[in-house]
Amino acid sequence: MNYEAVIGLEVHAQLLTKSKIFCSCSTQFGSEPNTQTCPVCLGMPGVLPVANREVINMAIKTSLALNCKINNYGRFARKNYFYPDLPKNYQISQYEEPLSEHGYLEIDVNGKRKKIGIVRIHIEEDAGKNIHENVVDGSYVDLNRTGVPLMEIVSEPDINTPEEARAYLTQLKNILLYLEVCDCNMEEGSLRCDANISVRPVGQKEFGTKTEIKNMNSFSNLQKALEYEIERQVDILQDGGRIVQETRLWDPSSGTTASMRSKEEAHDYRYFPCPDLVPVVVDEEWIENIKKTLPELPDEKKQRFVSQYGIPEYDAGVITASKALADYYEKVAAIYNDAKKVSNWVMGELLRLLKEDEKEISDILITPENFASLLQLIDKGTISGKIAKTVFEEMYKNGKTPDEIVEEKGLEQVSDEGEIAGIIDRVLAENTKQVEQYLGGKEKVAGFFVGQVMKATSGKANPGLVNKILKEKLEAMKNK
Amino acid sequence: MDLYRKTIWQLRELLDRGEIKPEEVLDSVLRRIEEVNGKINGYITVLEDYAKNQIEKGLPEGPLSGVPIAVKDNICIKDQLTTCASKILYNFRPPYNADVTERLLNAGAVICGKTNLDEFAMGSSTENSYFGPTRNPWNVECAPGGSSGGSAAVVSADACIAALGSDTGGSIRQPASFCGMVGMKPTYGAVSRYGLVAFASSLDQIGPMTKDVRDCAMLLNVISGYDRRDSTSLKFDRPDYTKALTGEIKGIRVGIPSEYFGEGLNQEVADAVKKGIEYLSSSGAEIIDISLPHTDYAVSCYYILATAEASSNLARYDGVKYGYRTEKSSNLIDMYFKTRGEGFGAEVKRRIMLGTYALSSGYYDAYYAKAQKVRTLIKEDFDKAFEKVDVIVTPTSPTTAFKIGEKADDPLQMYLSDIFTISVNLGGLPAISIPCGFDSKSLPIGFQIISKHFDESTLLRCAYFLEEKFAVKDKKPPL
Repeated sequence: MNYEAVIGLEVHAQLLTKSKIFCSCSTQFGSEPNTQTCPVCLGMPGVLPVANREVINMAIKTSLALNCKINNYGRFARKNYFYPDLPKNYQISQYEEPLSEHGYLEIDVNGKRKKIGIVRIHIEEDAGKNIHENVVDGSYVDLNRTGVPLMEIVSEPDINTPEEARAYLTQLKNILLYLEVCDCNMEEGSLRCDANISVRPVGQKEFGTKTEIKNMNSFSNLQKALEYEIERQVDILQDGGRIVQETRLWDPSSGTTASMRSKEEAHDYRYFPCPDLVPVVVDEEWIENIKKTLPELPDEKKQRFVSQYGIPEYDAGVITASKALADYYEKVAAIYNDAKKVSNWVMGELLRLLKEDEKEISDILITPENFASLLQLIDKGTISGKIAKTVFEEMYKNGKTPDEIVEEKGLEQVSDEGEIAGIIDRVLAENTKQVEQYLGGKEKVAGFFVGQVMKATSGKANPGLVNKILKEKLEAMKNK
Repeated sequence: MDLYRKTIWQLRELLDRGEIKPEEVLDSVLRRIEEVNGKINGYITVLEDYAKNQIEKGLPEGPLSGVPIAVKDNICIKDQLTTCASKILYNFRPPYNADVTERLLNAGAVICGKTNLDEFAMGSSTENSYFGPTRNPWNVECAPGGSSGGSAAVVSADACIAALGSDTGGSIRQPASFCGMVGMKPTYGAVSRYGLVAFASSLDQIGPMTKDVRDCAMLLNVISGYDRRDSTSLKFDRPDYTKALTGEIKGIRVGIPSEYFGEGLNQEVADAVKKGIEYLSSSGAEIIDISLPHTDYAVSCYYILATAEASSNLARYDGVKYGYRTEKSSNLIDMYFKTRGEGFGAEVKRRIMLGTYALSSGYYDAYYAKAQKVRTLIKEDFDKAFEKVDVIVTPTSPTTAFKIGEKADDPLQMYLSDIFTISVNLGGLPAISIPCGFDSKSLPIGFQIISKHFDESTLLRCAYFLEEKFAVKDKKPPL
C-alpha cells in the first residue's frame, strides 16, 4: 500500500523587540545569567504584567504578510503548569482568542506552487532556561529569556512531504526576515519548529494517528526528522501495528526520534483568560497604520526583479530569498547596467564565497560601488574575466577596490599587440614539435599555444588578442 | 493628649498649626500598639524603626504628612516583611514598593506596621493566619471579620490612625462592619493593584479603613489614580473626595434591593439599617424599591471565579526562589509537594483545590465558563438598577461579629457572611461600610452603600450624611 504524510508545523518566532513582552527588561541574547530580570518577569508576589505594544505591532505586521484575518478582540490566557524555568508557574499566552487566524503562505516545490494554510498566529512569553550541564550541585536556572516575546504560527496540515515542510519553513523565515520581526537564528533558538505528523493510505480522507516532534533546530534536521518519522510510522502500519499518539524528540546524533511523553501523560493546562491583562482591542486604524509600514515581500520583489531587470525567474528567486542580498543586488544594478551580468556574479562568485565561509551578506566587505567597478574593468578589457575572479576573491577578503588590487598585483591585462606577438614568437620557437603537429593538420594544438602564452604572462594576456595574433602567425606558417 | 485617638483630619489641623510634631504622634501610636496589640493581635509586624527612620529623614509635605498609617500585610513595602499571613511567605521581603505604598510615602504618611489577615486574604474572620487570629476590640472572644481583620481591629482600637485593607469579596467592608469603623472598596481600577499580593486578580481592590468618613475621603484622595504598571488601572478625573462631604443629600435616589432584606438577616441588623433608610428618606432622598434578581447566585459564582484565579496566582509559591522551602525533599516534584503541603494553611489549600477543579478540562464549561456568564448577569442587574437610582443601600453583613472558632469548621457558613458584599466585587463597583449602631451584645452593625463606577463622591456624600445621623462614631471599644 502507498502512504502519504499529513504534516502541520508550529513555528515559534522570537520577536525582535528591545524589551520583553510584559516588562521593560532587555531581550538581548547571551548576557550573564539572570542579569536581565526584574520583579515582573521573575513573577514575584504582587507585581503585574503590562503588554508591550511593539509586540502586538509586530504580530499584526506578520499576520498581514501571511494573509490572516486579524481579530479585533484578542485576549491573553494563562496556561498553568509547574516548570522551574517559569517562575509564575503559568505561561501567559493566547488561547481561544488569538491575535489572528485563517491565513496562508505560498511555497514552490519542484516547480509547483502550493498554498499552505495558516490556522492562527498568537503571541506569548518565553520561559527561561534550566542548566544541568557543568553544574556540580544540582541544577541552575537562567531567567534572562523569561518574558521574551514569542509569536506562534500554526499551519494547517496541508504539508505532505519533508521537502514541502522545508520549503514552508524557508519561505516563512524569509518573510519574517523581510518584515524584520525576527532574526530567525535557529541555533540561538529565535526560530523553533515543532511538527505534527501522521500518515494515511493514499486516497483515504481521514487522518491517521499523529505524533508531535520537537527539537528540530535546523532546516536539515526538520527534513531528516520528518523523513525518519514517516518511515517509522509507515513501517509500523505495514507490520499491522498502531501509531501511539505521543510527543517525540528528534535526536540529531542518532538520526532518530524517541518518545518523550504519551497522550495519557499530557498536561491539563487549565487555560483561562488572564485577569491581570486587559483585552487587546485592535481597531481598523491600528491595522491600517501597520499596513503602511509593510515592506515589499519576497514574492512581490521577485516579480519586480523579473520585470524591472529582465533577469530570469530563477535568478530573481535566488536573489530575493534574502532581503539583504536583494538590497545589495539592487545597489549594484543601479550603478552597473547589465543586470544579468550582476546576477551571474552574485549567484556565482558571491554566494559561493559566502557559503564557503558560512557568512551572511551583511558581513560582506565589497561595496556595491567596488562590485560594479570590477565588472567595468572587465568590460574595458583592463582585466580578463578569469583574472576578475581572483580580484573578486581579494576584494571579498580585504574590501579593497579592484583598481588597488589590479595595480598592487600587476594584474592588468596585456593588450599590447607587439608584446603579445613577441611572446607568441618565443612560444612557437620553443615548441617546434607542437608546431609541426599543427602544420600537419592537428589544429587542436592551438589551445596548447594559448595556454603557454597565458602561463608566460601569468594569465594577464588579453585572450582575444592572443587568439587573433596566434591564428595569424600559424596561418602564415602554413602558407609558407 | 491621646494623639492616637485622633483622626487624620484632626491630626492634620494640629500638625499644620505646629502644635504637635510627627514624632509625638508616632510615639503615641507606638505606645498604644504596645498597650493593646497583645490583646487583639492586629499587627504581624510593627515597623517602629522604619517609621522613625522616615521621620528622621524628613517627611514630604502632603495630605498625610506625619500621620501613622498601617498597611495590610499583603501589600508590599520595599525590603520589609510581606507575609500574607502565610508560612510560605513568612520571611519574604519584596525588593519593591506597591503603588499605594509609594503614594502613601509621597503624601508624607508614616507607615507604622503590617496588619494581620486571613492567609492570602482568604477568609472572613482573620482566624486563618499563620500568626494566630486577630481579636475583635469590641469583644476579644469575637472575630474581627476578614480578611482585613487586622486593619479593622487596629483602627478600631486606635492602634493606628488609619489603615489600608484589600477587598476581594467584602474583605474590607465586612470587618469594618464587625469592628465598627469605616471601610471602603473603591471602583475596580481606581486604585492600582501593583504590589498587592494577588488573591483573585479580577476582584481584588485596595481601599481605605478609617475612623470616619472624612478620613476615608482623604485617604482615597491619596491612594487612587492611574498607574501604568497595572494594566487594569484606569485613567479618570479624580475629584477631591472631601468636597463631597456636604451633609446634603436632597434628591439623591436611593435603591433598596428586596433580595438583601429577606431570610437569614439578623433582626437587630435589619432594624438598624432600616433606621438609616428612614434618615435618608426624611431628609429629602428618594427611596426606590429595586430588584437585583441574580443575588442568589453571587456567592457560588464568586467562589468559582475567585478560587480559579487564586489557584493560578498561588502557583508561584513553590519554594524555588523565595519564601519557605521544605527541609527535606528527594527531587523537584517532591520539593514542590512538600513545600506547598507544609507552607499553606487549610483554607488556602481548600481554595486551590476548588479552583484547580473548576478550571480542569471537562469541568471548565460547567463551572468557570458558567460562572463568568453569571457574573455578567449580576453586572447587568446593577446596570439596570443604576438607571433608576444613584446609590443602593444594604446591610454590610447579615450578622454582627461571631465568636472565634464558631464557624471555623463550617466553611460554607463562613462564606455566607460575605453574602451582601460579594456582588459588588463581581460588578467592580465602589461600596462603603459605615457603623450604624450596635446590637444587644454591644457589637457594631454595618451599613453598606453601593454606587456607580467611579461615583465614589456620591457614595461618600451619603455616608457622611448618615454618619452624622447615626452619631456612633465617637463610641470606643472597651479595651
